[in-house]
Amino acid sequence: MNHWMIFPILLPAVVAPLLVLAIRNDIVLARIFSIGCSIGLLVVGGYQFGLASDGLIRTYAIGNWAPPFGIVLVLDRLSATMLLLTAAVGLFVLLYSITGWDKRGRHFHPLFQFQLMGLNGAFLTGDLFNLFVFFEVLLIASYGLMVHGGGGATRIRAGLQYVAMNLTGSSLFLIAMALIYSVTGTLNMADLARKIHDTPAASQAILNVGGALLFMVFALKSALFPLHLWLPGTYANAPGPVAALFSIMTKVGVYSIVRLVTLSSVGLEWTLPAALATLVVGSVGILASRSLGQQASFATLASMGTLFVAISGSNAAALSTGLYYLIHSTLCVAGIFLIVDLVIANRPGFGDALIESPTYPNQGIIACMFFAFAVAICGVPPLSGFIGKILVLQSTQGFSNWPWIWSVIFVSSFFGLVGMARSGSLLFWKCNKTILDFALIDANTPEPPMESTPSTSVSKITLPAVAIGCIFSLIVILSVFASPISQFMNATAEQLYDSQEYVDSVLGKDK
Amino acid sequence: MEFLVATAVATMTAAGIYLLLRAQTFSIVLGLTMLTYAVNFFIFASGRLTVNQPDIVVDPSGTYADPLPQALVLTAIVISFGMTALMLVMSVRSYFESGSDLAELFGPEEIVSKDRQ
Repeated sequence: MNHWMIFPILLPAVVAPLLVLAIRNDIVLARIFSIGCSIGLLVVGGYQFGLASDGLIRTYAIGNWAPPFGIVLVLDRLSATMLLLTAAVGLFVLLYSITGWDKRGRHFHPLFQFQLMGLNGAFLTGDLFNLFVFFEVLLIASYGLMVHGGGGATRIRAGLQYVAMNLTGSSLFLIAMALIYSVTGTLNMADLARKIHDTPAASQAILNVGGALLFMVFALKSALFPLHLWLPGTYANAPGPVAALFSIMTKVGVYSIVRLVTLSSVGLEWTLPAALATLVVGSVGILASRSLGQQASFATLASMGTLFVAISGSNAAALSTGLYYLIHSTLCVAGIFLIVDLVIANRPGFGDALIESPTYPNQGIIACMFFAFAVAICGVPPLSGFIGKILVLQSTQGFSNWPWIWSVIFVSSFFGLVGMARSGSLLFWKCNKTILDFALIDANTPEPPMESTPSTSVSKITLPAVAIGCIFSLIVILSVFASPISQFMNATAEQLYDSQEYVDSVLGKDK
Repeated sequence: MEFLVATAVATMTAAGIYLLLRAQTFSIVLGLTMLTYAVNFFIFASGRLTVNQPDIVVDPSGTYADPLPQALVLTAIVISFGMTALMLVMSVRSYFESGSDLAELFGPEEIVSKDRQ
């Protein structure tokens, strides 16, 4: 048994309480520990990625309790990819947030580490109830992060809605789990995958309801239409680095749906229409947004839509393109929310609203970063957004309704392009007048709102630019090495669809 | 007993959903509490309703009380309890920040205009 497997959960689980209990008053020490922990996670993630890439499925029985009875951790290619992605995004977002966000309220670093712990646990666990528990760990941390640093009535209310929505989701999760347990008598995912095939016909209805509810819960987490309504309000109102970290959280829902679909093929018939609707809502939202934060939220929605189109293919080739797009979408969303936060910090009084304003500091460099990420998000060549969309389009060629899918993806990409071009020209191109000129022209401009950020944060651009640059370099790597990465994703998807191998690896061949 | 438990779960779920759909944060907190009670009962019932049975298998041919759902309920109770407390704190904070108990999301200017003097 390889004990490194539990490290991605153990490391933040040890560091986070240490941050709360021992070094809560020393921000420098807290930063050092938090960054150190994230680097450790990245190293372990890289090691596990190397381990998993040989195609074996490794298991770790916690407390050495045999799998169907005890809780088991499972490391396959998909888990390893998600762990590495989480560690990388977590580290760079943390790097960004130590420029000031972590000082605006208490306990940023412990909550951040607990969030990473919950994410890693959700990606590793092979037990349904344990998945629920890790969902709760990451959600509880995210509730704290969501309202980090106060932020006034709007953020608190958005946080309140977010908490209420997720608590309802958790209740549904428990109901689904109880239904499934009452029929199969097990909560181990591999054992479930085996037992659902020999359920008596009388209990089949209960099992179906359980599976449908489970799909609904994961769709809620990943903001699939019509359960997407919470996402724009939450992401646009969360603190910038937190919204960037949340880009991984929607992917937890996607990850769970991928597991559910490959192990039991529940919910497949609804995925494609819901995915296309999500794509439409997202791209119309990009056009209609009144602030850059909102626009980034709707861009997230649109990318989730594209992702689910690939997943709905229910074959390994389509799923592999979806996994490639998943990595791309996570990196893009994380980067664009950091840029939104930079714009807010540098435009006191105007924030990220899509209106003209006087020139502001660091306008040029922020514009360059926005341009790079907008190219990636819209799917314009040469970055990974383009490659990812081409791959998804190719994989849907075999579908009976591919003209519909293609036209929706093309039109929504065009909408995204127009929306991003508009906000870019408004925020960076047209903000070219000095404050005095601006006051003369726009005499009826309303007074800047009160929530303008302190000017101390205006001049610091180096570390944020480095953090965003690191995320962008990952996107470049994803684009340049598209061929080996998509081959790896092919192997991942094939491993996922070989559910017999998963069951055998977890439970042993003889059972 | 099945009828009693089923009725209790149904009533609490219905009440919970009704309260959850109201616009005040206080009702939402109550609704979520109701919903989690219903869910706890429901998980409990998933291990079959038995009375006066041992929770370990003494006689493999006889019946026993399934201990696993009871353990699951315990976890669910702890989590929902903590979450209700957090939700209450956030509603109180929201009330003090915006001066109203409504859970809807306004634009910032609307909140300023609705502020109590």
